[in-house]
Amino acid sequence: MRIVVLMKPVPDTAAGGERLTAEMRLDRAAVPAVVNANDEYALEAAIKLTEAGDGEITVLAMAPSNAPETMRKALAMGAHRGVLVTDSSLEGSDTLSTARVLAAALETLEYDLVFAGADTSDGGAGVVGPGVAALLGLPLLSYAAKIEPDETAGQVRVRRISPTGFDVLEAPMPALVVCTQALGEPRYPSLKGIMAARSKEIVTRSLADLDLGGQAVGGAASGTKVLESTPPPPRAATRVVREPADVAADQVVAFLAERRII
Amino acid sequence: MARSIWVIAEVADGKLSRITTEVATAARGIAEQAGRDVVGVVVGADPGKPAEELARFVPRVLSVADPVTDGHASATLLAERVAALAADEPPDYLLLGAGPEGRDAAGVLSVLLGWPVLANATGLGWADDGPTVEMSVFGGRLTTRNAFVGEHGIITIRPNAVTAQPAATKGAVESSNPGGDAKLPSVPVVESVAEAGAAAPIEEARIVVAGGRGVAGEDGFKIVQELADALGGAVGATRAAVDAGWINYAHQIGQTGKIVKPQLYLALGISGAIQHKVGMQTAETIVAVNRDPDAPIAEFADLLVVGDLFEVAPAISAALRARTG
Repeated sequence: MRIVVLMKPVPDTAAGGERLTAEMRLDRAAVPAVVNANDEYALEAAIKLTEAGDGEITVLAMAPSNAPETMRKALAMGAHRGVLVTDSSLEGSDTLSTARVLAAALETLEYDLVFAGADTSDGGAGVVGPGVAALLGLPLLSYAAKIEPDETAGQVRVRRISPTGFDVLEAPMPALVVCTQALGEPRYPSLKGIMAARSKEIVTRSLADLDLGGQAVGGAASGTKVLESTPPPPRAATRVVREPADVAADQVVAFLAERRII
Repeated sequence: MARSIWVIAEVADGKLSRITTEVATAARGIAEQAGRDVVGVVVGADPGKPAEELARFVPRVLSVADPVTDGHASATLLAERVAALAADEPPDYLLLGAGPEGRDAAGVLSVLLGWPVLANATGLGWADDGPTVEMSVFGGRLTTRNAFVGEHGIITIRPNAVTAQPAATKGAVESSNPGGDAKLPSVPVVESVAEAGAAAPIEEARIVVAGGRGVAGEDGFKIVQELADALGGAVGATRAAVDAGWINYAHQIGQTGKIVKPQLYLALGISGAIQHKVGMQTAETIVAVNRDPDAPIAEFADLLVVGDLFEVAPAISAALRARTG
């Protein structure tokens, strides 16, 4: 079982301080990068599926040249190798460009399954995974809560979260699965894993190494632009209530009535 | 043919999804300024009813019957039908909801049409002959206004970004058959399973009562549910509560869960860490009950009750019931 996990280094939201550059792009140098949370669920699912057998997990990222620092964490968790597509012209790529580059990179890899996180904490569009599936003509199995590949039959079954429960989807492999938190909590890298990650390979590719078939990609081809950015209007000062429960409850109810919520 | 903005409908169980009525309302909001017609597109095995429903919101609806959508994951099929329609009668912009279906379809459409995507709009405007899209980014630390570089694009709109309003007059429904073969693989649904506790329409709820680590267990969520019932709201949860197995993932609000924008967000035993804050900070009113007056939520709640949620929440429920008699 060969699984490619799409992975994006994103600014650590917990660290705060994300900002835009003068060109209205995310200033990726301003904040430490971490593995996008939804991609960690995807990676965890991939590790669980391969640790029993002789599978191989490749993490694929399109990111700035310092991304190997972040990709090492994925390798320490249990991925076998990394592929990084990095090129200064890719800075400021939009989602379509990102999907095209990742699809072109996947064309150079062998896989049974491609996993993508449901969305990223920085862009958050949630469209790159479906876009990659469409570009490669792969079956798209999204919002997965459970993934069950059957190598003998060459099929994969996925529980897709639905508004009322879940739908069971089935498709031939290779296929692309969009992963959610419902797949289970990601493991922390073990010390052994961290040591092993140091010697695992991260292959770097530039745009020139990929066959994009003439599709426009990169910052210069971005179809979207930021016109302006402003801090959101500050919320009014917090009203603090320190009273016994029944008095506090009456004050909450009065407050809700005042705001015409009840 | 007049230039147009298309609203791509989501249909669930044969009915038009609420998000689509909001997207349609947002589209109408910019139509006049844009000088564009708003056209709804409904694709389904039996599109008649949802198409009629969408016609209450937009002047013209294209209704596309596609039997394959029954029993298959529909986003890819929907995207291919819409792309085929767009080849016959090209729109300028496509609008979809920013939920799972809308995102899947937007991602596939982006590739099929070669159009860019602006995602998770919290507001829509029009300037320089193109739409402007407001977004909340970086955990709400910034609000950006964005535009397309060219003359085409796809926009996904967050639930509750606008309040759905039917149009003054009902629109016309036309059957349409765009033809064209489906090229992308369709994925069959082999089984649909209903799960207790899975139905959590928290993104659409006007009031959300949510519990975090402080709720301390499955039993604690009964108190959260009781208060939600008293307020006529839905139950939400933090990742910690979901990871602990106290409540289903469908209820999770935050970075790896759902983004909600209710009129009232009532947080019980929630510290307000950034990963949760990003999912609820655009709520109109935030009320928190927390033992720790220095919890991060104290900085962005409108009202903070410093106290034990196991005492305060039932007291609020009782006070609400007493009020309504």
